[in-house]
Amino acid sequence: MTLEQERAALEERVGQILAEARQQGADAAEVGVSRSEGLSVSVRRGEVETVEHTRDQGFGISVYLGRRKGSASTSDSSAEAVRATVAKALNIARFTAEDPAAGLADPECMPKGSLPKLDLYHPWDVDVATATELARSCEAAALGVDRRIGNSEGATLSSGRSWRAYGNSHGFVGSEPATRHSLSVSVIAGENSGMQRDYAFTIDRVPDALEVAEVVGRRAGERAVARLGARPVATARVPVLFGHDVSAGLLGHFVAAISGGNLYRRASFLLDALGRQVFPDRVVIEEHPHLPRALGSAAFDGDGVATRGKRLVEGGVLQSYLLSVYSARRLELTTTGNAGGVHNLRISDDGLDFDAMLARLGRGLLVTELMGQGVNGVTGDYSRGAAGFWVEDGAIAHPVQEVTVAGNLAEMFMNLDAIGNDALRPGNIVCGSLLIDGMTVSGS
Amino acid sequence: MTEALELARQRLLAPAELDERALEQVLHGMLGTAIDYADLYLQYSRSESWVLEDGIVRDGNFAIDQGAGVRAVSGEKTGFAYSDELLRPALEKAAGAARQIARSGATPGALAVRGSGPPAPLYAGDDPLASLPDADKVALLQRLDRHARAIDPCVSQVTASLAAVHEVVLILASDGTFAVDVRPLVRCNVSVIAERGGRRERGSAGGGGRLDYRMFLASDQAMAWAEEAVRAALLNLEAVPAPAGSMPVVLGPGWPGVLLHEAVGHGLEGDFNRKGTSTFSGRVGEQVASKLCTVVDEGCMPNRRGSLTVDDEGTPTGRTVLIENGVLKGYMQDKHNARLMGTAPTGNGRRQSYAHLPMPRMTNTYMLAGEHDPEEILASVDRGLYAVNFGGGQVDITSGKFVFSTTEAYLIENGKVTAPVRGATLIGNGPEVMNRISMVGNDLALDTGIGVCGKDGQSVPVGVGQPTLRVDAVTVGGTAH
Repeated sequence: MTLEQERAALEERVGQILAEARQQGADAAEVGVSRSEGLSVSVRRGEVETVEHTRDQGFGISVYLGRRKGSASTSDSSAEAVRATVAKALNIARFTAEDPAAGLADPECMPKGSLPKLDLYHPWDVDVATATELARSCEAAALGVDRRIGNSEGATLSSGRSWRAYGNSHGFVGSEPATRHSLSVSVIAGENSGMQRDYAFTIDRVPDALEVAEVVGRRAGERAVARLGARPVATARVPVLFGHDVSAGLLGHFVAAISGGNLYRRASFLLDALGRQVFPDRVVIEEHPHLPRALGSAAFDGDGVATRGKRLVEGGVLQSYLLSVYSARRLELTTTGNAGGVHNLRISDDGLDFDAMLARLGRGLLVTELMGQGVNGVTGDYSRGAAGFWVEDGAIAHPVQEVTVAGNLAEMFMNLDAIGNDALRPGNIVCGSLLIDGMTVSGS
Repeated sequence: MTEALELARQRLLAPAELDERALEQVLHGMLGTAIDYADLYLQYSRSESWVLEDGIVRDGNFAIDQGAGVRAVSGEKTGFAYSDELLRPALEKAAGAARQIARSGATPGALAVRGSGPPAPLYAGDDPLASLPDADKVALLQRLDRHARAIDPCVSQVTASLAAVHEVVLILASDGTFAVDVRPLVRCNVSVIAERGGRRERGSAGGGGRLDYRMFLASDQAMAWAEEAVRAALLNLEAVPAPAGSMPVVLGPGWPGVLLHEAVGHGLEGDFNRKGTSTFSGRVGEQVASKLCTVVDEGCMPNRRGSLTVDDEGTPTGRTVLIENGVLKGYMQDKHNARLMGTAPTGNGRRQSYAHLPMPRMTNTYMLAGEHDPEEILASVDRGLYAVNFGGGQVDITSGKFVFSTTEAYLIENGKVTAPVRGATLIGNGPEVMNRISMVGNDLALDTGIGVCGKDGQSVPVGVGQPTLRVDAVTVGGTAH
């Protein structure tokens, strides 16, 4: 089938499911259909370890009886399963309560005319032999970095394509094909109780845009060796530099805190923060949902609402929450096209490269890995396990492990001293290293 | 077995016009001289969840998932494919893709499927989704909401949920395994937000197991969790900043057993040890914990969340002693890693679904009781932390570093439990921390049935447990320094 034939078939299926819902008595309905297939090959110590062929499909439906909602989903593609799944969703809607905020988005929120060209579909007809060779080269490069690298968790090449289609009873139907390819490797340096593991990866929608396998491998090897001899440091209140491997995660906590679901549940440390200073005044954070080939791009969100670019933070002041149709109604606001999350978040930088950021840190902790779930979204209390490097006089002194870094996210964002221009790309959240003053590092 | 087998035939085989003979033929078609092992895993699951927010049940979800995973193993190589259709052509196609792992050698080996005496089921096979009328599920959630709000006017938000899964699996393998298992699983959760004087805090509680919804009604169990959630939220409104630095920590009984799951459990899974990537690799027979510690993984406890009558490779679960009096005794194994390590599978081969490969996973992991009175353990600490509830944890099995984060903890001052402290992450090295366990309580408890374990992107339900423990030094990641 050509791409256009696949699109027609998928959108027709959306239409059939919506018709079934209407026939069974739903007042309104929305349907998401997904389909994906891929190949994943892992190599360990030069030998193929696993070859996985993936192929998934399924649909989910939400139906409304007035303002009562029910949802159901299935991976079964038979006509009988469509009937049964719609019936189940309707049965649930007979037991749920009237909810004034429930219901489809207003029709004028749907994309108008043809969807923006996102260019997310770049299939790679990679066979097992080619995938094996790439993974093998990647792992070999990692193992070859240093004789102290004696073991490996292997290298994996994955390539997949997926379709996502959405339609609702307003008559809107949209679909987007996308591809995603990645190569990753993880190796172990040292022996016995002194072993250290680290990894590296490359990911892109376009196969040719992946980093060269050997480059990824060498990075993993160098990272693992750099961790050898890691030790705790003494407990201290010092500045912490969140390196570009972990900084996007920190911005992820900001995204969660301004997301509608957490706001209407009063489960955010940034309640009523719209129009308030939440970062230092030079910070700008933007969302760009229509970037061609980007990992987070989408023409419409999980409610079928057209996405649009916007400034979330300007001059350090919060300009917009991230809302779905439901959370917006609960907060008496308008949807921002963020049902399902954020699309390509970008933060401004202060023009400092990584070395300049280290120099600015002076004396403190560079964090390259975070562990655990010690983040309280209600209060912003932050306490996580960390590994990285101790920095003295702006230079790396020695690797560090078995410490925690702690603070409060609201204060950490305000104490953001500098943002590096060393962001990793591509990513849905692209963010350089972040230097934050006054955190507690707990160690020996 | 007969009842389970009947259900498996009805749910998995009949709709696809399959029978056991057809499955055997698919399996047989995969075998060649270069294939050491092959298996088929057929799964049919129905699940539902009901969620209450702001006093109303505003959404519910129902899902049916079905499919078959096909695996072929040749030496250390594994080929894997799956299909969401159970029809024979789809199974043949998946089998063809999986067996490409070893193209060489085409002489089919002998396949002897034997119905060896299956273990007695550890749970009833009845459908938990049908154990209460839908209207009663909604009513139970509304009662939870009213009950939580009535306890204290500071409670501003209540979220409560009910969830159930009914799963039928059928496993056929080239080593003669033929197993079916019908697995129920239910869960109830209550989460509240309390607000007072400009502060807001959350408290959560819940539980479940391989039973049905009626377990939440017995002795008003669900209402007790609502009370527990409110108590935790109100307590945290009073919490002071947690201390920072290395100090003695007393861990409460039950769910704090997540310590064992992270500090030793993952590091004792067979795959990591076969590959030599775990800090515990090659250390069987060595002292890896203090002499007071005996840790087991027990998948055969009736009705528990982490239990399975047979694992996802059809091996009956059992009780595996991991650490006995501090000495490392053995690892948790699936078939693949057991074969390559020359040992026996322990019933720990688990997978998230038909679309995932099995690997060694924990079931219910806990430490046996010791001799100390919990009061005596607390009284032994001059200055330290008493941690009674936790969120999640994580481990780097290679370096042995692990973390787990408190959601309810107190300062211990001069042997007395004093102020509650805000959430903090605890970090340590598995073998080091286990060697610093200096007192073990006589109050062994298992968790209430809330654990989810993630590994390589796959989630499975698990259980943990322990008695009250004293660890002489752990790094506590607070802000008060």
